[in-house]
Amino acid sequence: MRFMVLVKATEQSEAGVLPSAEMLAAMGKYNEELVQAGVLLAGEGLHPSSKGARVRFSGSDRTVLDGPFAETKELVAGFWLIEVKSLEEAIEWVRRCPSPHEGESEIEIRQVFEADDFGEEFTPEMREREERLREQTAAQRKE
Amino acid sequence: MAVSDTHRAVEAVWRIESARLIAGLARMVHDIGLAEELAQDALVAALEQWPESGIPDNPGAWLMSIAKRRAIDQFRRRDRFDRKLAELGRDAEARQEQAEPDLDAIEDDIGDDLLRLVFTACHPVLSTEARVALTLRLLGGLSTDEVARAFLVPESTVAQRIVRAKRTLAKKKVPFEVPRGAELARRLSSVLEVIYLIFNEGYSATTGDDWMRPALCEDALRLGRILAELAPWEPEVHGLVALMEIQASRSRARMDASGAPVLLLDQDRARWDQLLIRRGLAALDRAERLGAPGSYTVQAAIAACHARARTPEETDWQRIAGLYDLLGRLAPSPVVELNRAVAVSMAFGPAAALELVDALTAEPALERYHLLPSVRADLLSKLDRHAEAKAEFERAATLTRNERERALLLERAAASAPEPVSS
Repeated sequence: MRFMVLVKATEQSEAGVLPSAEMLAAMGKYNEELVQAGVLLAGEGLHPSSKGARVRFSGSDRTVLDGPFAETKELVAGFWLIEVKSLEEAIEWVRRCPSPHEGESEIEIRQVFEADDFGEEFTPEMREREERLREQTAAQRKE
Repeated sequence: MAVSDTHRAVEAVWRIESARLIAGLARMVHDIGLAEELAQDALVAALEQWPESGIPDNPGAWLMSIAKRRAIDQFRRRDRFDRKLAELGRDAEARQEQAEPDLDAIEDDIGDDLLRLVFTACHPVLSTEARVALTLRLLGGLSTDEVARAFLVPESTVAQRIVRAKRTLAKKKVPFEVPRGAELARRLSSVLEVIYLIFNEGYSATTGDDWMRPALCEDALRLGRILAELAPWEPEVHGLVALMEIQASRSRARMDASGAPVLLLDQDRARWDQLLIRRGLAALDRAERLGAPGSYTVQAAIAACHARARTPEETDWQRIAGLYDLLGRLAPSPVVELNRAVAVSMAFGPAAALELVDALTAEPALERYHLLPSVRADLLSKLDRHAEAKAEFERAATLTRNERERALLLERAAASAPEPVSS
């Protein structure tokens, strides 16, 4: 299953303070670990909200709000998309992450929706199809 | 933290750390069976202690230090035993062979150990089933029960397979090393075969009452991605990863709402996973830049042609036909040839394709393969040779075991009937 791992913003990140060389190196090493373990699908860091905007919806009305936005701790400063077996595994990976900001900060883990939430609709027809596919793969392996 | 929460956390740590742990231990003790036992002992210790103490900051190092301590205990015990034997004047040699290993020589290069573990688990002295089971267990961190559920066999069968495999490796004195030179290519192809087999096992079951089977796709992809980092210089590793990423990108589109399979050209391309496609194309690019393409890279290149086409009409069939031609030369097989014929028909028309298919009708391997008459019938029908097409559709219908497909083939057979002569 996939998880979106969200690094929350801090006052400093919102002020555009760039991470120290030390922190960049630690993050680089951590990213490398994620790649080597085959779990990292994508990841990016985000500019402060002052470089962004919001579009507010109300019925058919659209209002554009320019950044920066006030609720710093709710803002996202970066993300990873990882593929792991369980929420616990995602948590274990995040526990290994170097502290993303100086001082206190938070990382949020959210599961990504996937279409193949299989289970209930397993019919006899599908079983049969599965068997057929198995035969096919077996036939292909034989030659 | 509740005990059950800790247990789930320990499982997660195990999944992350077990392969590295076993690989590191195997290098020290020169025996992957023993290495796995030691790692398991450490896991048991974690299950006992972590609910009380909490999860340590560096769980991998914690597990390793416990496992090493167990290893030292074992070797000391064995040493004492051997000394006893020697005193009795029986087996002085055994003592020499089982000198205590240098457990402090931990090398940083855990990557090399992992690669050694991959090659050992996929060693050709083992049967294919044993290689698959051992790989999932030692590298994928799956339990015996999980492997059994994924392959629809009893747990005892898998357990036995693993025990026997470890015994074979020990008996044949398979060294814990990365092969070199000409040997490397042969051994690598065994590794890639195991990973792709695991992937296909999952891919042929995108639905099921047990999530373990489809999850095999993810396990195989993860193993492939890990291998690509361990052996980045090997083009075929990236070729296989590319092939798996692109195939996996279609998993959401491969079935309609009723669960019936949807053929590639009929799939809703909006449901293809663009992230996996991008990753697949990047891996393919890596493979192609490293050297002459091998068979996985060519298969990935074919898959990429479909992935790049926004609509079925945009498919570059000429390129696909050329790639099948190349694949046929790298890995000759009648099924590849049949696929080539289909691509040739799309690129150059049914007449050229029929020649290829006709040449395959004498192929014993395809004698009972329903897709051969089915493809041939389709070509004949395009060439307006309806009576022959009808006979071939009917033949294909007798060969397929799928009711839905049989019905479809018979429908086409009926539609191919020559126009009745009106009096």
